[in-house]
Amino acid sequence: MSDFMSSVLIIATMSVVTILLRVLPFIIFDRADREVPGWIRFLGKYLPPALMSMLIIYCLRGLSFTASPYGIPELLCIALAAGLHIWKGNVLLSIGVSTVLYMVLVQAVFA
Amino acid sequence: MASVLKAIRITFKYSLPVLFGYIPLGMAFGFLLRSAGYGPLWAFVMSVVIFGGTAQYLIVGLLSAGASVPQVALMTFLLHFRHIFYGVSTIPKFRGIGAVKWYLMFGLTDETYALIATEEVPKGLTKTQFYTALTALNHSYWIIGGVLGASLGSLININTKGMDFVMTALFTVLVVEQWKAHKIHLPAFLGFGVTIAALLVFGADNFLVPALIVITAVLLIIRPYLENKEARL
Repeated sequence: MSDFMSSVLIIATMSVVTILLRVLPFIIFDRADREVPGWIRFLGKYLPPALMSMLIIYCLRGLSFTASPYGIPELLCIALAAGLHIWKGNVLLSIGVSTVLYMVLVQAVFA
Repeated sequence: MASVLKAIRITFKYSLPVLFGYIPLGMAFGFLLRSAGYGPLWAFVMSVVIFGGTAQYLIVGLLSAGASVPQVALMTFLLHFRHIFYGVSTIPKFRGIGAVKWYLMFGLTDETYALIATEEVPKGLTKTQFYTALTALNHSYWIIGGVLGASLGSLININTKGMDFVMTALFTVLVVEQWKAHKIHLPAFLGFGVTIAALLVFGADNFLVPALIVITAVLLIIRPYLENKEARL
């Protein structure tokens, strides 16, 4: 098999599996002729806050607390983003300021 | 056409954090792909039909190694397994959306899901318009980033180190928003606790699948308790 064809096959496989994972829940659980079942409405309400927490940890999975800079830039900037957001409630401000500070910290301060 | 432009104009603001995240992350993917000998057209096709960062970073290695179809399928399944849970919890929100729903389901990346799950539909837009514009904008940022990266290769050298923190910051903000939207905060703590425990037990490469399963199972088990508490608030 040529390199071209094997590359196309790998890409197609990855695409099909990704699409199936994203679409299957709707095909299996979302029946247009019925009300949304209670347990799905429940998960629709309470899974998001749990998964947002999970995604933060996912972003930090490579963090080391035993080697310099000990996760200080990350924890500091997360606290800043959260604090700014609780205070002002402006998404772009919270994300912009904390990201710029993070870039300064990892490029200049803890470099 | 006017309504499409209006939807994009209003939604753009919501998608800005994703713009600043997806362009550099997409470019990083493009660079990587270029270094393995694949040009911008490949980056374009992959970003259009896969639209998933974690898997696309991995695909570069799989392409170079000439991986087999079952191998690729299994890796993709594990990496994108979390999207099943995004789908399940988005079913109520996507009710009453027409054929474009198929595209919205496909576009449920971490960031798009997080925004759809958290943001209220802005005034003046229907939920179909808002979700479609949001998904299409995010998708386009990802495609543009990938194509730029694969086109420029190592020609440019902007120091974007640390810019990927924009995603961590976005999720942080969405945790706060979710916190404000709910009176019961147990699920947020559950998410943190279970994920940290899974990370410690299974390590950075394998913790997401067990974390997702345990979070969902515990939520379903404590459902009577939470709904009872909700009713008394």
